Amino acid sequence: MTNKPPSSGGFFPRNFKIHPPAYAPDYKSSIARSPKLALVSIGNGISEITGPVFGHEDLGPTDNDLILNYSAKDKSPIGERIIVYGRLMDERGKGIEGALIEIWQANSAGRYRHTKDKYIGPLDPNFGGCGRTITGEDGNYEFRTIKPGPYPWPNGINDWRPSHIHFSLFGPGFSQRLITQMYFEGDPLIKICPIVNTIPDKEAIDLLIARLDMANTIPMDTLAYEFNLVLRGRRSTLFENRPEGN
Amino acid sequence: MTLSPKIYQELPSQTAGPYVHIGCTPQTAGLETIYGGSHLGSKMINEKTLGTRISINGKIFDGTGTPIKDGIIELWQADAQGLFNSPAENRGEPDRNFQGWGRQPTDILTGEFHFDTIKPGRIPYLSTSKLQAPFISIWVAARGINLGLHTRMYFPEEVEANSEDPVLNRLEHQNRINTLLAKPITDGMYQFDIVLQGENETVFFDI
Ligand SMILES: [Fe+3]
Repeated sequence: MTNKPPSSGGFFPRNFKIHPPAYAPDYKSSIARSPKLALVSIGNGISEITGPVFGHEDLGPTDNDLILNYSAKDKSPIGERIIVYGRLMDERGKGIEGALIEIWQANSAGRYRHTKDKYIGPLDPNFGGCGRTITGEDGNYEFRTIKPGPYPWPNGINDWRPSHIHFSLFGPGFSQRLITQMYFEGDPLIKICPIVNTIPDKEAIDLLIARLDMANTIPMDTLAYEFNLVLRGRRSTLFENRPEGN
Repeated sequence: MTLSPKIYQELPSQTAGPYVHIGCTPQTAGLETIYGGSHLGSKMINEKTLGTRISINGKIFDGTGTPIKDGIIELWQADAQGLFNSPAENRGEPDRNFQGWGRQPTDILTGEFHFDTIKPGRIPYLSTSKLQAPFISIWVAARGINLGLHTRMYFPEEVEANSEDPVLNRLEHQNRINTLLAKPITDGMYQFDIVLQGENETVFFDI
């Protein structure tokens, strides 16, 4: 087992100022799906500081290569070939080893391979749109994929999602569980996206924007984007003691 | 031990969107062949897993009473002895035939989810020696949910343990405890519905 906890204490409380509130009416789907009552804060015990462990034996050799993992032999998906790479760490900057990262995305035409996606953008027979990997020793990870296209979605009359990749992250503790999205530097649709704008702290949006990294591109082949991932950090002492009651 | 300064910020959450099944349960999105044909967390138990077999069925309802069909639901739980299969578990040797984690989609047509697992053992509350009633930790993500929601499922037959449970006793609104109790269907079968909003809104936790 590899996703060793950096220490045994409880996790730092979530900074709710940087997370979207449950009710964010400009994103209409949140209106009926947002709890109205307060979350009950119960802190971290053994069930919150532990979490599932995934091994490399759970994964296939091309699971993190979306150019290869769905394409026919000697065929490639259409679109900009990119590497997305970075480091998964906790809030103290410690790399998280052995963590499962899963991604999903539209193809270069902005179309998802999903029975419910009816967008006019065509499916690409050589592109599935999902990938997964387990972080290395320092929390490092990488995917190879195609840059996803923007797509329109039913919210306002003319809302478009910026190009984005969905990320699902596991840390060593179940209370670190997080799903988020990665955007691309320079995309003019980021600023006007109702989902991006559910994030109340405008500076925090920047944490979700991957940077073009020419140093890691493969010349004449593939561009590279760096996207670093941060999950909640934890105290170094064993369980926090909390007074009873509220 | 010295504390290192906190210098990085957790990434902001973003909704899982309508197509979370592609990434987390791809077979149910139409990618039948990928990842060897099954998703992680699809099978929680094998023949050697210790403990009482149970199954859990349920739906997740939005504020209008409509079941959501584009969500995922994850379980995290102790084994039959109350131990977690995780590197941070230092109280004993957990059952290696039980990972303790499961993941299922809400069905794309009906919204129903289904798990086959075991009834967990009791675990202590925070750093105390006081035992909690048996429960399963649950996490829900879907379109329209901006930050994944944590809740717990407790067992209706554990009347005494539930009445002494420190988490259930902490709830300011004691009339909401029933939102955390599964309904018995037949032996070993439970129904656990999650209500995101409105009357009988499920208790969600900040953990
Ligand atoms: Fe999307």
